[in-house]
Amino acid sequence: MQVSMSVNGERVNREVEPRILLVHFLRDELNLTGTHWGCDTSNCGTCVVWMDGVPVKSCTVLAAMASGREIRTVESLEQGTQLDPVQEGFMREHGLQCGFCTPGMMMTARWLLDHNPDPSEAEIREAISGQICRCTGYENIVRAVRWAAAHPATQEVGS
Amino acid sequence: MSTTAEVPVSPAGNPIGFGRMLRKEDQRFLRGQGNYLDDIKLPGMLHGAILRSPYAHARIVSIDTAAAEAHPKVKAVITGKMLEGLKLAWMPTLSQDVQAVLATDKVRFQGQEVAFVVAEDRYSARDALELIQVEYDPLPPVVDARRALEDGAPVIRDDIEGKRDNHIFDWEAGDREATDRVFAGADVVVAQDMLYPRVHPAPMETCGSIAHMDRVTGQLTAWSTTQAPHAHRTLYALVAGLPEHKVRIISPDIGGGFGNKVGIYPGYVLAVVGSIVTGRPVKWVEDRSENLTSTSFARDYHMHGEIAASRDGKIRGLRVKVLADHGAFNGTAQPTKFPAGFFHIFPGSYDLEAAHCQVTGVYTNKAPGGVAYACSFRVTEAVYLVERMVDVLADELGMDPAELRRRNLLRPEQFPYTNKTGWVYDSGNYGHTLEVALEKAGYSELRRQQEEGRARWRAAGGSPEKPGAGGQHLMGIGISFFTEGVGAGPKKHMDILGLGMADGCELRVHPTGKAQLRLSVQTQGQGHETTFAQIVAHELGIPPEDVEVIHGDTDNTPFGLGTYGSRSTPVSGAAAAVVSRRVKDKARIIAAAALECSPDDLEWELGRWQVKGDPDKVKTIQEIAMLAHGTLELPEGVEGHLDASVVYDPPNLTYPYGAYICVVDLDPATGRVQVERFIAVDDCGPRINPMIVEGQVHGGLADGVGMALMEAIQFDSSGNCVSGSLMEYLLPTSLDCPSWELGETVTPSPHHPLGAKGVGESATVGSPPAVVNAVIDALEPFGVRHADMPLTPAQVWLAIRGRPLRTDIVE
Repeated sequence: MQVSMSVNGERVNREVEPRILLVHFLRDELNLTGTHWGCDTSNCGTCVVWMDGVPVKSCTVLAAMASGREIRTVESLEQGTQLDPVQEGFMREHGLQCGFCTPGMMMTARWLLDHNPDPSEAEIREAISGQICRCTGYENIVRAVRWAAAHPATQEVGS
Repeated sequence: MSTTAEVPVSPAGNPIGFGRMLRKEDQRFLRGQGNYLDDIKLPGMLHGAILRSPYAHARIVSIDTAAAEAHPKVKAVITGKMLEGLKLAWMPTLSQDVQAVLATDKVRFQGQEVAFVVAEDRYSARDALELIQVEYDPLPPVVDARRALEDGAPVIRDDIEGKRDNHIFDWEAGDREATDRVFAGADVVVAQDMLYPRVHPAPMETCGSIAHMDRVTGQLTAWSTTQAPHAHRTLYALVAGLPEHKVRIISPDIGGGFGNKVGIYPGYVLAVVGSIVTGRPVKWVEDRSENLTSTSFARDYHMHGEIAASRDGKIRGLRVKVLADHGAFNGTAQPTKFPAGFFHIFPGSYDLEAAHCQVTGVYTNKAPGGVAYACSFRVTEAVYLVERMVDVLADELGMDPAELRRRNLLRPEQFPYTNKTGWVYDSGNYGHTLEVALEKAGYSELRRQQEEGRARWRAAGGSPEKPGAGGQHLMGIGISFFTEGVGAGPKKHMDILGLGMADGCELRVHPTGKAQLRLSVQTQGQGHETTFAQIVAHELGIPPEDVEVIHGDTDNTPFGLGTYGSRSTPVSGAAAAVVSRRVKDKARIIAAAALECSPDDLEWELGRWQVKGDPDKVKTIQEIAMLAHGTLELPEGVEGHLDASVVYDPPNLTYPYGAYICVVDLDPATGRVQVERFIAVDDCGPRINPMIVEGQVHGGLADGVGMALMEAIQFDSSGNCVSGSLMEYLLPTSLDCPSWELGETVTPSPHHPLGAKGVGESATVGSPPAVVNAVIDALEPFGVRHADMPLTPAQVWLAIRGRPLRTDIVE
């Protein structure tokens, strides 16, 4: 079947099998491999992208369901050569180790900050609680999001 | 040796040596530009999928692959019978056993590999699995390890000539007679059975491999999720009879390992076979369910501990019996002479008169493997055993567990200390570390608050009969003190399949003074590209941003056995320091030739050799690098260039340690436990990059909370794995973890060139007993002395009622 969607601001048209998952569409068809796949049951959250401005687990969305929608992935966070404050925060606060959960975590963090620019530690923990990190024990992810909240200016410059 | 010493700063703002430095590798990960196994695409690449057994134990009557082969997108269907023809149906494990690549005679665990389909895309490969017809004749399974050695138990390994039972090995350490004598004369003896359940590393990235066999050149290139690329290369050569110089293993970015990616899995071999058969690259990536049900688990130790002490709280002896469930094939990854890993460390951090342990390994109809998950080669199990036993003893004596540990910890003057199984602990100042942790926790204040809480609970009507009365919660405080032995290991004691555990390392300083360091170890997120550059910076004064760390590609790195068991810093970190010192020595000769003086006239200041007493006569390491590649006449016998290589054979293990305190809030109405605080004071010697060390500790603490409270790979009585997805196998989330409170003490290792001891697994080893001790402490009003992990709400609820369950088998 034919799908058509906006991915990171670019129009994409493809002929796909109706059953193909959005995560596989992004990775295999569009070579956007920053979005990862980590489980079969929507528990891990390494596949989180935005669909029409809302974080979704792209392993639980068919490419067909995303047709006509706007998709945003980790590859869109950096503006020009300017890292998003969330990316900067993850780097400065050592919010990543193996890096596998990081794209999904950052997409959720960006959404949180867009809707709650000054989240408490508890609010950050709640926001990322549907995603799993095996490396960091979450401490530095929370700090990374707090860093981004405290440094919103760089994002304005970039966007 | 101190991490707080003044360190110069590079032009890029990085420490030229030890200190907090942001990670180099982050740049690609932050942009979604990491290169993980499943991100790799090759021209003409096909996709493989594995058909797995639905039974734990069954004879294979027939396999019909005709319909699958007729699928238009299928390129090959491979069965065990076909592999027999290639002599590839079985492969050696890392423990002198064999494992079926594809089952031929019978299946021995649920999820075992039965057939392999190669197709044009990953969906079609999966479709074709549905078209394969396998007829099974089910056999009674051995699920309960405690019954594996009973007369009449089904024999799992009838493939082994003459095998009549499910016994794998018996192993013991310590002095049995001396221990028995101590127990016979002790005031107090307490015993406790405890299970360290089977758990799984479950890295966020599952395992996979892409194999490309070039039919023209005979070259096999395999991109694999492996923590040990060189070991894999040699094993591929041995398994498949491939010439090793034509085998290249590339370990790309790894999405977490935790021991899960040490061994070779059938899927890796099948990708190779698929490529040989089709002549095209073949990718195989397992799904989460395959990861949880078939790849290397950890633990599964059924332990019986006994501790002997005097009435006034002097621990005198420890006696342990272990039943080790190794699954259907003995696939544990550990040094050859160590069938129970490093369980030798079970006497822990204490000054005992005698200790003895006996471990028996058995086969069961469960997935093979054994020591993955931040394993420290069974140190995790040993530390859990001793730290639980000390708390059981404290309960028996009515003594505060901090005070009991204080009275028995090894004293600084006893180091180097030979423990009761003959292992030599390199250095330690245990009492100090414990006091730092107790102080940081505010221990006496916590105990006061706990008493107040218990009084409130009683006042509200709380009692063993009415645990939830008044909605009052109970506080629990748990302590653990751990000593690990890491950095395997000295060649004289340790090998894997005959391969010694020494690590190669190569350093090249290019003419312009920029360097490349080639490592045998492979990061899975530990930050090697940063830490190892800092080691070179520390030794040579080359800014860390000018040092590129190269790893993960066997064609471009020296031999070594890889990253696991916290061995990268203890072994390869030492190798990096030693190779840098060799370059420094050579640089001295070159500088002397350039300055027309004797090397003895020179002294080292970080980054330069200068004439003693005349610091104007100086050559920087960068200037020396250019001279070394230039036309300068060098002394007789001195070759040009500024390179060196080493093979580092560690003289001993290193022994990091720490004191951990966990505070939990327990709701006696529901059995729900929340970790409120966790204080972790680690001593891993000097910290090369404290930021990275703290990150390693954070992750390990979360692992510990997971194992203590929610993780277990469980089976029903038919041998069905009931923990085969992340809906059943629960991993800790951000809401299960507190904000960690870390501290440090610094006691360098006397034999490591940097004094560093390794830290990757410390928190995973040390935290589970702290959490469990805290929960059991919270249950004191109910007289609970022990309940097995995971301490789920249901398990705690049952423990309150005096009937906690076994956590290995679900009835």
